Amino acid sequence: MNKANELIQLRKIINTHKRWDLLFMITGIIALMIAILTFIALFAQMMIDGMPRLSWDFFTSFPSRRPESAGILSAWVGTTLVMLVTAASAVPLGIGAGVYLEEYAPKNLLTEILEINVTNLAGVPSIIYGLLALGLFVYQLGFGQSILAAGLALALLILPVVIVATREAIRSIPVAIREGSYALGATKWQTVSDHLLPYSAAGILTGIIIGLARAIGETAPIITIGALTFIAFLPPSPVTDEFPYISFEWLTAPFTVMPIQMFNWVSRPEEAFQLNAAAAGLVLVVMTLTMNGLAIYLRYRMRKNIKW
Amino acid sequence: MSDELDKKTNYAGRLGYSYRRNLHERFIEAILFLSAFLSVIIMLSIVVMLVKESVVFFQYVSLWEFLTDTQWTPLFDDAHYGILPLVAGTVVSSAVALMVALPLGTIIAIYLSEFAPFAVREVAKPFLELLGGIPTVVYGYFALLFVTPLLQMIFPELPGFSLLSAGLVMGIMIIPYVSSMTEDAMRAVPMHLREGSYAMGATRFQTAVRVVMPAAFSGIAAAYILGISRAVGETMVVAIAAGMQPNLTWNPMEPAATITAYIVQVSLGDLPHGSIGYQTIFAAGLTLLLMTLVFNIIGHLLRKRYREIY
Repeated sequence: MNKANELIQLRKIINTHKRWDLLFMITGIIALMIAILTFIALFAQMMIDGMPRLSWDFFTSFPSRRPESAGILSAWVGTTLVMLVTAASAVPLGIGAGVYLEEYAPKNLLTEILEINVTNLAGVPSIIYGLLALGLFVYQLGFGQSILAAGLALALLILPVVIVATREAIRSIPVAIREGSYALGATKWQTVSDHLLPYSAAGILTGIIIGLARAIGETAPIITIGALTFIAFLPPSPVTDEFPYISFEWLTAPFTVMPIQMFNWVSRPEEAFQLNAAAAGLVLVVMTLTMNGLAIYLRYRMRKNIKW
Repeated sequence: MSDELDKKTNYAGRLGYSYRRNLHERFIEAILFLSAFLSVIIMLSIVVMLVKESVVFFQYVSLWEFLTDTQWTPLFDDAHYGILPLVAGTVVSSAVALMVALPLGTIIAIYLSEFAPFAVREVAKPFLELLGGIPTVVYGYFALLFVTPLLQMIFPELPGFSLLSAGLVMGIMIIPYVSSMTEDAMRAVPMHLREGSYAMGATRFQTAVRVVMPAAFSGIAAAYILGISRAVGETMVVAIAAGMQPNLTWNPMEPAATITAYIVQVSLGDLPHGSIGYQTIFAAGLTLLLMTLVFNIIGHLLRKRYREIY
């Protein structure tokens, strides 16, 4: 009799615990749903507002006082040029730093400082990089409020992303590859450049794409260096028709970028401009989502294909 | 004889070759070291730049006034330089954001790491990553034109700009950072701990909360700290949706400027280099950097203190 009672008690406890399990599982799904629904609401809101404004003219017109004829020509050209500067500076520096920390760095205090520092840099708010760029690039080095200053500011911002991605990609290559290379008489740099970098290229590329996607959407640092919000002209073309056919004048030109154009439109009271903001936002989101999606796909393929 | 000579020159040649080779190697190593060392230079220049401009600022405004004055009106004729209103705005908007992001992020992480079937995880993780990749200015637009009107249906007295709506959206925005780091930490807990717990008759929920979470504590703490410093440093959402008027309030239903929103507001105007207004943004930036630094140090200590090694 007592035994049976205990059994019933036990079953009761088990059932309560199982109910807790179920309850938590439902909570988890609801939490996930909140995130997903927000995403859908955000996208839907922008589609509804912005879709009607999206036309060929929107991409080929300058911003204007009349919302119906305003476009994002100077913004997307500016974004492209700024990204060129960012990629050209952050990619070699980031990969170099990543290779050093992973392959060359001796185990000492300096290396530890370098490593902690990279982690700390990743945690610095983006607007602080804007202040650094304002003081250092714009005034001290005299670059002015130019594409060069903006590109470098964003490069500093994504440097930790590239460094971490490079390190992780190189770390996942087995030691046997390095030993094989050294056994054949290769030097350290030959090992790095002929084996480690090619094998980790996909992983590094993923990091670069994620970093650039983040840079494209960054607004705060570029506002801080004082980018203009109303630009109705294009920077000088990088390709000229006279010798030497390449001009770097665009580096020092004033500019605007996509997120700043959008911010400018959002903060205006007229509703017509907010529709423009939605359209610009849609273009921006499609750009960053495509880049992030590409990175995720690359990583997925890598995980599937590479078996050391 | 000639054979020996041959050998000798050969050696010399090889030595010369390996000398050049070593030089080349050293040169490359130096370049790589410099690019790694650049990160230290960046950090130092951030600190130097902020401190340098702030020092000029604090010659004009006393530290005491900066910390205790309850008004922040540096650009008015009747100028007050009290950082408190900006700090209050930052704290309130971050608190709202964290009340959303930390619980939801943790629940999602526990669900994905301990409960979700493989297929759900494979879809949900990249999706969350995409959510984290959306530009902040877009979230700002969403907060101002979607969330605020929605909240106004529930609270009709809510103004057009409010810390509440900015904070809520910021919270959603931070969820992916918190959930992915927390999940990584929980997945790194070795399987045998879970198996031990299951063998004792624990349910999944009990295992997750009483075994896996304590074991992953240092990683989870790091995720929370990252979330906090994201919230404190977030700029565009608050600049767009919370208004730019400094307002000493602890009520999330009011509009108020944060430190970051103030920097944006000043940068949008045309301030001459070297003016007191120009220096205020560096003083504000230094305050922000110190706030995030404190959180980073706490995170570092927590990680060190509670690190479990298996």
